[in-house]
Amino acid sequence: MSKGVLEVLDVQKSFGAVTAAKDISVTVPEGAVYSLIGTNGAGKTTFVNMVTGYIKPDAGTINFAGRNIIGMAPRQITRMGIHRSFQIAQLCNELTVEENMLVADAIHGAKGPSFLQNAHNQDARARAIATLERFNIAEHRNRLIPELSGGVKKLLDIAMAMAGDTQIMLLDEPTSGVASDEKFPIMDLVMEALKSAGVTVIFVEHDMDIVTRYSERVLAFYDGRIIADDAPDEVLSDPEVQRYVTGAPA
Amino acid sequence: MGSNLIVSAIVALVVLAAGAVILPDWAMFLFAMALAKGLVCLGIVGMMRGGVVSFGQGLYYCLGAYTATLVANTFGVSDIFLLTLLSAAVCLLVGLAFGPLLSNYRGIFFAMLSLALSMVLYGSLSKMSFIGGTDGLNIAAPTFLGWAPEGRPLQAALYIYVVTIVVIAGTLMRLYFDSERGLLTLATRDNELRVEYLGASVRNIMTYNYVFGAVLGGIGGTIAALALGHVDPEFAFWTTSGEFVFVAILAGYLSVPAVIVAAIILELVRSFSNLYFPNTWQLALGIFLLAVIIALPNGLGSLVRRRKGNET
Repeated sequence: MSKGVLEVLDVQKSFGAVTAAKDISVTVPEGAVYSLIGTNGAGKTTFVNMVTGYIKPDAGTINFAGRNIIGMAPRQITRMGIHRSFQIAQLCNELTVEENMLVADAIHGAKGPSFLQNAHNQDARARAIATLERFNIAEHRNRLIPELSGGVKKLLDIAMAMAGDTQIMLLDEPTSGVASDEKFPIMDLVMEALKSAGVTVIFVEHDMDIVTRYSERVLAFYDGRIIADDAPDEVLSDPEVQRYVTGAPA
Repeated sequence: MGSNLIVSAIVALVVLAAGAVILPDWAMFLFAMALAKGLVCLGIVGMMRGGVVSFGQGLYYCLGAYTATLVANTFGVSDIFLLTLLSAAVCLLVGLAFGPLLSNYRGIFFAMLSLALSMVLYGSLSKMSFIGGTDGLNIAAPTFLGWAPEGRPLQAALYIYVVTIVVIAGTLMRLYFDSERGLLTLATRDNELRVEYLGASVRNIMTYNYVFGAVLGGIGGTIAALALGHVDPEFAFWTTSGEFVFVAILAGYLSVPAVIVAAIILELVRSFSNLYFPNTWQLALGIFLLAVIIALPNGLGSLVRRRKGNET
């Protein structure tokens, strides 16, 4: 198995009587772009949470870089190269945009966060601003988080998650809470940044236009199971997917 | 280290040390005690930056004081530098033992657990008659690398010693607050989930802050014991810890000098209200804190932050 491949095998997860993941098996090749679709409660976010260590599966294995990562803490999984963004952008509201980026930069610095190195040192600031420019949000660098639009928050959340050696990026609904005219520009920016860095992408999405445009392969979830795993056109024309996920006529 | 910080530290050292010449004896003692307590509060402020408040910093204040006293009385050690080092080392070890445990808790649970630990020490010391029980112990005047001053020179030497320690500790804490680790502490206060998912250990950040607070608490307790010439279990009592929290809230978490100013204000308000309203001085203190919280919810330190904000 190649180093960047994510292999999920027979993963199960239940919350009491509710089955959130049942026999989930999928292999995501290095550099691929996968999208996860499904109605609310279908198991998409549970999948993301299990891969990133937020939830421990009841059974199964999740292999990455030659190791079973089940049971590892989120920070350990992040250190291995599996990074994530959140459905609701997770930012530090009392810090500015630049300072949020500096936090990410400090954690992923060559020697780890230092007790003596000033967090606002010139090199770190230059790196932070370069990342913000890459995501087209550098003009907001001195603003506090509550002053930002949903789109800028999403971009900052993803930009922070990109810090360090990202091999797999899981984006949980990257366009939720974003104005409709901002969705494609944001996805263009994000996908360009991730693809140019050779990062494997797995994103959760409800907007089928975005799924069709950006993903190479789609996993359709229903009732904790994967009911379809194929190219976007194939999955979206699958009668079962149309019945349980997209609601479109078969 | 920024040149501004060095200049500020030197100015603070000179201005505060000038007190050894111009202050009357009573004021010098009052300032020395305020500064010693300010050290303890600086440790609480370090934790506050991470979003937790210790209601049991009396544990380390008392531990430092008793360590110095017991070492002085048992082994005849009187050198203030050695006593301070030993107390700091003991508090470091105890901090390292409790830090990882406490770093799992937040909010009221962290506050109450830290308070519980200090009250366990209070209860234990009160029952240990062989080290004075509730009466406590006396400690002889310290020496300074072999020099044994008496009277006003002793008070002045002790005062300059605490000023020096406070300026060094304040400078180091400012460096820490401005460092990458310091920024992570602020980020943790805001959003632990984000910090963990960026790959840092929040528990580790919290433990460091707790241990730094323990060491500062121990040094503060040692100096207070030497200034008073006496220690007793009240050093670990919850009202003593509450006083430290009072100062930390008064100062806020934004500025290091604000902590020292708040500690001095508390001592002054307490001393003068005790003098003029002996039966209601706690009321005066409470009204004062209420006024500060209403006018400056982020503490005295926010005055400096606001000014800086206006400049930019």
